[in-house]
Amino acid sequence: MLLIEDLQVKLGNKKILRNVDLEILPGETHILFGPNGSGKTSLLMTIMGYPQYKVTGGKIMFKGEDITYMTIDERARLGIGMSYQRPPSIQGLKTRRMIEACSHDHIDVDALAGKVNFTDFLDRDINVGFSGGEIKRSELLQLMAQDADLVLFDEPESGVDLENISLIGNTINALLERRPDDEPCKAAKQCETVNVPTPFKTVKKIVESRSKMGLIITHTGFILDYVTADKGLVLYNGVVAGKGHPLEIFKQIRKVGYRECARCAA
Amino acid sequence: MRSLDDKAREAKGKKAAIGPDIDLDAYSLESPAHGELKDLQVLPAADREKMALAGLDISEGERAGTYIQKDAFPIHSGSHQDGLEIIPIKKALAEMDWIQEYYWKLASVDADKYTARARLDLQNGYVIRALPGKKITLPAQACLYLEKEGFNQNVHNIIIAEEDSELHIISGCASASHVTRGLHVGITEYYVKKNATLSFSMIHHWAEDVVVRPRSVGIVEKGGLFLSNYISMKPVKSVQSYPTIYLVGKGAVARSYSLLVGSPGSELDVGGRIYLKAKDTRAEIISRAITNGGNIISRGDIVGEVPGVRGHLECHGLILNGGVMHAIPELKGMVDGVELSHEAAVGKIAQEEILYLMSRGMTEEKAAATIVRGFLSVDIPGLPAPLQAEIDRAVDLSQKEMM
Repeated sequence: MLLIEDLQVKLGNKKILRNVDLEILPGETHILFGPNGSGKTSLLMTIMGYPQYKVTGGKIMFKGEDITYMTIDERARLGIGMSYQRPPSIQGLKTRRMIEACSHDHIDVDALAGKVNFTDFLDRDINVGFSGGEIKRSELLQLMAQDADLVLFDEPESGVDLENISLIGNTINALLERRPDDEPCKAAKQCETVNVPTPFKTVKKIVESRSKMGLIITHTGFILDYVTADKGLVLYNGVVAGKGHPLEIFKQIRKVGYRECARCAA
Repeated sequence: MRSLDDKAREAKGKKAAIGPDIDLDAYSLESPAHGELKDLQVLPAADREKMALAGLDISEGERAGTYIQKDAFPIHSGSHQDGLEIIPIKKALAEMDWIQEYYWKLASVDADKYTARARLDLQNGYVIRALPGKKITLPAQACLYLEKEGFNQNVHNIIIAEEDSELHIISGCASASHVTRGLHVGITEYYVKKNATLSFSMIHHWAEDVVVRPRSVGIVEKGGLFLSNYISMKPVKSVQSYPTIYLVGKGAVARSYSLLVGSPGSELDVGGRIYLKAKDTRAEIISRAITNGGNIISRGDIVGEVPGVRGHLECHGLILNGGVMHAIPELKGMVDGVELSHEAAVGKIAQEEILYLMSRGMTEEKAAATIVRGFLSVDIPGLPAPLQAEIDRAVDLSQKEMM
């Protein structure tokens, strides 16, 4: 479980997150909405442990441990992973080596890469000259190797073409132990991607069988067509302005905009 | 006309244009005798280990031929492949007339006191030649080894890739583990003839108080390709090396790659100059240098003398733990229609990259080591796989010591 209580965060001299409370239970996926500059990425970076995001109050608990002041690598080893929007390129570091380094065990990198159509990129330097969609697939591949229990996704659909968006969506579902047919289709597109029949399970059983947690930033909402989520929250000016069902929130945002929505959801 | 020996004598006190001046008299020219070894397996284990670190394969399984010189004496010299000749230079000078067409034809005896020393006090060196049309795909190997403490080793090497031939050489220079002090002076003249390919990879594995003064000049004819790689990652007192390559035939190509690590107390002044003297010639000089407290000067100069030539220079330096990194890239275009470019960067490991790797579970130290390893990884186009593997191995080994 991830539990954030009354979190206050500064970046440089600027307060960028205030009074943030958030609880993600095992098996839950939350969607984080908010306009540009509202603090979405800052919240993810703070959970991941980036040192420039200074926690000035409150705490972050993960799996029962206080991780508020843990280093990034300690958090990663404890089971937190992140998919970045614009990760750095590293000259000379082959993607294959990066994938191997992400895993605690010996993994079949080629087989794993095959799942996201990425085998052709394994011998290229990580992120060097990758397109937006290639970066996303590379990030997901690293997370698959890392097998984290809490995965933070920073706009997983940005820069991805339509052809690849279902691949990205399905991979995120797999990472979070979700299948598109676990729940009723919420969009026509999503139904098309259902290709593996599953034996009937009660909702309770499906939920209980999951342990992976997700926190997904979306700007456009496209990812909601593919990934089922349990809860949504809206960040506005560094404050959690509202919480609710992700699709409901998204509908409101589309209808009245963030500003109004932040007010009405509060 | 003055003889070359006269010229050399006049240059005996001539300081080099760059690099710290060395007192040649502080080193001994007396070499203990080293006998010839038919079977390299009888080499003492300590020597074999040191030579392996400089890229030598003592089993010779993956090598087309071998030359090994200890101090002043060749201890092993021979080729296993048809079309490849490996001869000690003194033997070649005594027995073969053709060597005179190459000996001191590119390098000048009076360039400085080191060239003069190699002319006047030549001990030996190697001649490696691929005969016309012969593709020698396995690398030939050479090792210049210092075993006597305080010794001044003077060698002269001549490398010839005849027309349409292919030749790959790995040249490892090393010193015995008990040696701390020494001076190595090496003249190398490279001849890459019409449509020939030569790759020359030099791995230096000296000791903390060894001074190294290589003096190299190469010429590449029409359609020829010359790849020159230099790796120096071990502590060494001072290396000053500035090879010059002339591209004289249409479409000739030269690429030079250097991987340097400067340890505390080390002074590396390394670089090279390439002259583009014929149509469609191309040059590339790439260096990756890391200082760990040492002093590194990374030079590069490309001179375009005719239209339609291209050259690119890249000097990237990382300062990891103190030290000085001085990148001096130079370009000179002498006519319309030359295309020359350079990029130089001196910096530190990007914090953003370290944090990215840490977020995948690596410790900070491991993340930094991974980035440094990447920085030193260059894929050298046209280099045979065993040579690339040897270079990768040298980088891996020295990185372990460095981090």
